Amino acid sequence: MTAWIARTLLFGVAIAVLPGDDAAVRHAVDRLSFGARAGDVEHVKAIGIDRYLDEQLHPERLPDAGLDARLAEFTTLQLTSREIAEKFELPQQLARRAAAANGNASDFKPNPAEQQRANTPILELQEQKVLRAVYSTRQLQEVLVDFWFNHFNVDARKGADRFMLTEYERDAIRPHVLGKFRDLLGATAKSPAMLFYLDNWMSVDPNGLHVAFPRARIPLQNQNAPKGLNENYGRELMELHTLGVDGGYTQQDVTEVARAFTGWTIDQPRQGGGFRFDPRRHDDGKKLVLGHVVNGGGQRDGEQVLEILAKHPSTARFIATKLVRRFVSDTPPPALVDRAAARFKATDGDLREVMRTILTSTEFFAAEAYHAKVKTPFEFVVSAARATDAEIHDARVLVRQIAELGEPLYQCQPPTGYKDTADAWVNTGALVGRMNFGLALAANKLRGVVVSNAEPDGVALGRPEFQRR
Amino acid sequence: MTMLSRRVFLKNGAFTLVSMGFAPSFLARTAYAQGARARDKQLIAIFQRGAVDGLSVVVPFGDADYYRARPSIAIQRPGSGNDAAVDLDGFFGFNPRLAPLKPFWDQHALAIVHACGSPDATRSHFDAQDYMETATPGVKSTSDGWLNRYLQARQLEHQTPFRAVSLTQQLPRMLQGTAPATAMSQLSQFDIRGGQSASAGATFESLYAEARDRVLGNTARDAFDAIKMLKGADPSRYQPEHGAEYPRGPFGQALRQIAQLIKADVGLEVAFADVGGWDTHINQGSAQGQLALRLDDFARGIAALVTDLGDRMADVVVLTMSEFGRAVNENGNRGTDHGHGNAMMAIGGGVRGGKVYGRWPGLSIERRYDRRDLAITTDFRDVFGEVVVRHLGVNDARPIFPGYAISSARFPGLFA
Repeated sequence: MTAWIARTLLFGVAIAVLPGDDAAVRHAVDRLSFGARAGDVEHVKAIGIDRYLDEQLHPERLPDAGLDARLAEFTTLQLTSREIAEKFELPQQLARRAAAANGNASDFKPNPAEQQRANTPILELQEQKVLRAVYSTRQLQEVLVDFWFNHFNVDARKGADRFMLTEYERDAIRPHVLGKFRDLLGATAKSPAMLFYLDNWMSVDPNGLHVAFPRARIPLQNQNAPKGLNENYGRELMELHTLGVDGGYTQQDVTEVARAFTGWTIDQPRQGGGFRFDPRRHDDGKKLVLGHVVNGGGQRDGEQVLEILAKHPSTARFIATKLVRRFVSDTPPPALVDRAAARFKATDGDLREVMRTILTSTEFFAAEAYHAKVKTPFEFVVSAARATDAEIHDARVLVRQIAELGEPLYQCQPPTGYKDTADAWVNTGALVGRMNFGLALAANKLRGVVVSNAEPDGVALGRPEFQRR
Repeated sequence: MTMLSRRVFLKNGAFTLVSMGFAPSFLARTAYAQGARARDKQLIAIFQRGAVDGLSVVVPFGDADYYRARPSIAIQRPGSGNDAAVDLDGFFGFNPRLAPLKPFWDQHALAIVHACGSPDATRSHFDAQDYMETATPGVKSTSDGWLNRYLQARQLEHQTPFRAVSLTQQLPRMLQGTAPATAMSQLSQFDIRGGQSASAGATFESLYAEARDRVLGNTARDAFDAIKMLKGADPSRYQPEHGAEYPRGPFGQALRQIAQLIKADVGLEVAFADVGGWDTHINQGSAQGQLALRLDDFARGIAALVTDLGDRMADVVVLTMSEFGRAVNENGNRGTDHGHGNAMMAIGGGVRGGKVYGRWPGLSIERRYDRRDLAITTDFRDVFGEVVVRHLGVNDARPIFPGYAISSARFPGLFA
């Protein structure tokens, strides 16, 4: 508790700091979690903000048995993409093929029950996201999974990605949100979900060995046979994942990075296969990326590029800016961005340390940061469920509400992810929708969600203060 | 323009002829031409999601390669029975299921741009829709849609919450961006609904009015204004005019609500609706069958909208689009796979209709894109650009089409 006051004195910055323990504690809970549940503020007051922060920065030490019990019924959450494809996609593919073999392809109608079943994995993924956000004790971890998934966004509606996201979030994103940025970047770069979403799996050296040996099996997708270099991943890797759009790269860099990643592909995407490096598709020539020579050869070319990007000062600044925007304000205070970026560089991209710098800063506890953020629809719905101590029997109800308010989970089309500023979420339709949601939730009109507390009521959930955090 | 002033305007001079019923009235566009700059124009954008087979919609029956490429699903030449193409200009014909739109062609209010589309090669629905909605083919990280950039480029002095409305559950990419735009799938649902107290709406209104939160306060004021405007317009009692009959499906209902909003004079400038079911890989059919059923709903919906709007079509353009066309050759399942060039339609009083625009590239193999698809001779941005400049009246369209040297020299010429 005293730590942040001391720091204010230390830096000697003229920032109005939140008055009194109460406001500071409420603010910390608002930002480190998806909103206070009954008793949260009292608990943090009792143990102190510093210990609360420490607990949240080490989620592995927090027991979460209540959440585990709630997630136990979802059978797809622990499956690999291959298992999900076999169980939920293959039956339809086989039926289609059988119909074609019997000459009935033209009469083939997918069985509605089977189609419904094929949606199970993504529905369960959406439900688990809501349940974790509402019930997990590891709140900061869930906030960060939401942040980093959005940073490395993949849309479930793009073809095979609908059955790849369970594994993507579980194995590529979640384990690294408080780890090293380089590991997170590497995990996403090799994930079939990202390789598919940004088309790198089809990117080939136009003069590669696969041309000399055309009989070599190359998978087809939407009649889009790989014909050459695809720059999508190379561009977004720099623009959105690391350096930022003004991070100092050129079109030439984009092309060189794309060359380095040729051959990073997926083993049987339709069957949910994993990452595979295909040397026949790889351009093994020398590349020049941001002034560095890349000549590792084979798969090491891509690894070398990730290394260059993760260590680049623009990346430290870009990541620091985005985190400060999420945790402090839509207009990130430059001095804090500087310190967070410096911490990123000094710790070799240790995200736990960057978070600590941000969450203990004077800017974080400044009066103008209080309620400065407008909740996203996901944050709003989840915080309402937390505030009312709602018992969720069917999370799909909330998943649908979040979609209706404009943020369908795992379905953000552009690779930019959802915007993290108020202008994206404040519009007439969405505001009316939020008021109606609050009224319906408090009045127990949402089937599958039960609220027994009288406070806060529907009006309290719809009022302007509750739209902010 | 208020309801009153519009009525007054309609009674003036040249409009007497129109109101006396001598002609389908929105055709009297020349009569409107003088005052065109002064009045509000509206654009209704319709997205056919899933890539409609443009060659089965606007049929190039004069191109012999069309019949060679499609032995089982081609639409037959005009004059060969009920299921034959409806002749438009001796070379192109409508799919017979588009017959409800033929009167607008005959009245020179419906134009077609064929062999139109995106310069990007993608055959992914996902990416191609994205490119069409952002109007930045090949650039995935564009944050806003081109219609939103239009709204940004042209700030209005008296802007209502209904300026840009999408009759969909979520705001489409085309309308996403910093300018206000609203998605509402059901006008009747746009209200504060019940809760424990019937007065919740009034409570919220005063809470937000008193809040020091300017951002949320202003938006809430717009929202409550919108609710009141809708109540005044009373959407539940809406009756289409001129005998218009909207199909019962969601597409027809979306168009019906767009007509309601336009007639309620609540400040609508840009409306959006979408309709799916065009991804006909298997058993596409021709004048009957899967695609024909979708086209029937599509054409009857648009015909009802145009009929219902009557005189008001003088200020309206309905623009249809789809992310890409389908391969020229039919596939082994009597369907068509993902292709490239496609047909767009523009309907409205100001449209120079009765003509198929765009150079026809031909369907022989060496003239196709990638030796398989209809090639593109008009970039879709030139169509959007012309609508934005010549219909909506933007002076400088460059900010709306970043990365593209938009130039009136390349406009197809849909407007005078």
